Amino acid sequence: MVSSGQDTLIWVLVAVVGAGTLAFRLSFLFLFERLDTVPPRVERALSFVPPAVFAAIALPSVLPLEAVLALSPDPARLLAVVAAGVVARRTENLVATVVVGMGVLLAVRAV
Amino acid sequence: MVPLLVGLAPFGLVVGAAMVSSGLSVTQALGMSVLVYGGASQLAVVDLLGRDAPFLIVAATGLIVNLRFAMLSASIAPYFRRLPTAWRWVVGVLLVDVLYALSITTFEREADIDRRWYYLGAGVVLWLGWQAGTVVGVVLGANVPEGVPFEFVVPLIFVGLLVPAIEDVPTLLAAGVGGTVAVAGANLPLNAGLLVAAACGVGAALLADRGVA
Repeated sequence: MVSSGQDTLIWVLVAVVGAGTLAFRLSFLFLFERLDTVPPRVERALSFVPPAVFAAIALPSVLPLEAVLALSPDPARLLAVVAAGVVARRTENLVATVVVGMGVLLAVRAV
Repeated sequence: MVPLLVGLAPFGLVVGAAMVSSGLSVTQALGMSVLVYGGASQLAVVDLLGRDAPFLIVAATGLIVNLRFAMLSASIAPYFRRLPTAWRWVVGVLLVDVLYALSITTFEREADIDRRWYYLGAGVVLWLGWQAGTVVGVVLGANVPEGVPFEFVVPLIFVGLLVPAIEDVPTLLAAGVGGTVAVAGANLPLNAGLLVAAACGVGAALLADRGVA
């Protein structure tokens, strides 16, 4: 629990993390203007960032490490993600993907 | 846009509730949502605060969780070349994962769209949705209903964004390695799992790309 004496420290923390995060966000938006062209290899490398980051954000919520180590994945989450993945591949429609995924999750949990 | 909001607002609600539950005042919680604007880092920070972690560890964790914004910045910068300085600040301040994903997907599909105004419109809507969700979470505090798993909307959104991003073997490898390392590295110190996973995924894809070419 945060004690009342820590008020200033919390604000310093928010300021530090906020400023650093803003610097990360702005970094390449300003750096790239100093380069005439983006090297093709850099562009190619950057195109690998979205699949790596999206998978790294999504998968631990679907398959937490504890569930993997205990060999007891949640079948509802797995089925929901597989269904969502199929819908995403077929339609590339985010609404349909999320609705079908949530529907499968709730349906399997209700069984 | 709608499913992104449907995901982002409940995520904001969860983060808002977590912030006040860990002892932040309402002003501190809202200040954090406005100034940091990064749900994963906010959750990590309040989790560590609740466990009385040292200040430097908490700050470093928050920053490391958000280091991916530098990657997002690098990835979106080529779409916004020759921007006036004010616009670059606008793009940077609003930059979050879902806005990045939504924008580059749209920019790739629709070549003649006005990128600046599309990004600004979507970014402001997402920002407001996030702040609104946080406010509701802060007000509700720890009384968020646990029956409906709204938080699962977030991974579903990323699945919906991930699938179209997989175009060939290297991008498939990036996703496979990134996801696997993220799961395996869930307990890495400083919450570095996501960052390490992303780096491994990109590294694996680069190696495969070089091998194929």
